[in-house]
Amino acid sequence: MKTIKVSLKYPLNSITTPLVSTLVKKYNVEVNILHANISLNKIGTLIADITGEEKDIEDALDFIVKQDGIRYKIFSNKLIWQEEDCVHCGACTAVCPSNALTMNKETWCLEFSKEKCLVCGLCTKACPLNVMSLQA
Amino acid sequence: MKKTIYEINERIKSGKAVVFTAEEIISVVEEKGVKKAFEEVDVVTTGTFGPMCSSGMFINFGHSSPPIRMNKVWLNDVPAFAGIAAVDAYIGATEQSERLGMQYGGAHVIEDFIKGKDIVLYAESYGTDCYPRKDIKTTINKYNVNQAYMFNPRNCYQNYAAATNSTDKIMYTYMGTLLPEFGNVTYSTSGELSPLLNDPEYRTIGIGTRVFIGGAQGYVAWEGTQHDPNQERLENGVPVGGAGTLALIGDAKKMSSRYIKAAIYEKYGVSMFVGVGIPIPILDEDILLKTTVRNRDIHTLLVDKSGKEDLNIRLNYEQLRSGVVEIRGKKVPTAPLSSLKFAREIATELKSLIQKGEFILTEPVEKLRTNGQRLNKLEEREVKP
Ligand code: SF4
Ligand code: SF4
Repeated sequence: MKTIKVSLKYPLNSITTPLVSTLVKKYNVEVNILHANISLNKIGTLIADITGEEKDIEDALDFIVKQDGIRYKIFSNKLIWQEEDCVHCGACTAVCPSNALTMNKETWCLEFSKEKCLVCGLCTKACPLNVMSLQA
Repeated sequence: MKKTIYEINERIKSGKAVVFTAEEIISVVEEKGVKKAFEEVDVVTTGTFGPMCSSGMFINFGHSSPPIRMNKVWLNDVPAFAGIAAVDAYIGATEQSERLGMQYGGAHVIEDFIKGKDIVLYAESYGTDCYPRKDIKTTINKYNVNQAYMFNPRNCYQNYAAATNSTDKIMYTYMGTLLPEFGNVTYSTSGELSPLLNDPEYRTIGIGTRVFIGGAQGYVAWEGTQHDPNQERLENGVPVGGAGTLALIGDAKKMSSRYIKAAIYEKYGVSMFVGVGIPIPILDEDILLKTTVRNRDIHTLLVDKSGKEDLNIRLNYEQLRSGVVEIRGKKVPTAPLSSLKFAREIATELKSLIQKGEFILTEPVEKLRTNGQRLNKLEEREVKP
């Protein structure tokens, strides 16, 4: 079993394909949608974790490419938080789209949830101390 | 019954002073009542750790041989102000590197200096009869300069407006990254732990008050720039929005890089986190009562940083800290910009210094202004040639 994080971009009219349910039923993979967004030019973006056997994931991605107009990208990056240099100001939580960065309401320490992170990189720019970085 | 600073200092020196932080004191007074708590408590400590742009450091480099009357100075490629005596300069926190721009600025020079690192000094001059030299390049550090003291024209804003963005474009500001269409709200100040919110009418904090600054002991030097005591206030004396400010001074050689940190706000520029803690001597019951102010009793305005909309929204710090506020029916996430964790650490550190007898309180030599002129606007007037 493994998990990959992908971003799917699709033109809105192709949403008629019940993409996610096909992936789950036909390819036996688990799809955990982390983030969904529709931009102004009517392109949908879906960020999801796909979990399953190596072979099933490969087949599922193969199926996705064959759909008209759908593009996918696998995130190979990960977010590195140099915790020892963090001052827990909270500025990064202002931009995190997925609530991967939150302030603990007791200790007021920053908390980072790797599972929720979309690797979008927004926090790397918002952090005034430069303690967030993306790493391949 | 009243206490004096002298009496409190006697208790501090004998190691018997009773000290609480401005967060702890709330439940102490709640449990014991004001009268009983007043009899027992000597000092309440406050703290804040946020970006304070109006900060910088004076340095005297000492004279070289042959000597130079420096009229342009760079420290690690960041321009410093040299329009004072021959080898004096002021490095401002927000000044940017000539080559690296906002990737490295005055605040970074100050942080590196405090860490004890070598800093490249380059200076130019036109040469005079008594100071013939025209340039010099060398390195300096905190061990070989004569004086290095931080002098911050404006720290510790008493209260500060929260920020949001009504436009359809992302805004990069000194209040952090503001997402479009009221996508978020950011706020500063440490609320109920913040120095001037615990002494809202400046009854104990004044010129000459000894403070904890950047890990060292320093002083309130003057009212801060834009000090505006006539701001509208709630019944508890707490101003709604910016009001009092402090000019602070302290020995940078004794500071710690834990409490002074350079900051870069994307597409805005350089700033500096300054850690400040101020003790409040509990001289009477009213002073004690004022230190029990709670986040819900501290209100501030919400400002649209694009300047497009007058939101007319007031929020209290309990709402801001909850993580979500409402703007025109929409639920909007909030994010802090100043570190409450570090503010607590500073208030606690100051408390322990006082308990150990290592931090003695001072009587202000002069009170801060509590009324008088409001803020002037900069008018554009005709300039005669
Ligand atoms: S913005 Fe940077 S320093 Fe502040 S809490 Fe986030 S990671 Fe830490
Ligand atoms: S990269 Fe940063 S901002 Fe983006 S989702 Fe991950 S934690 Fe949040």
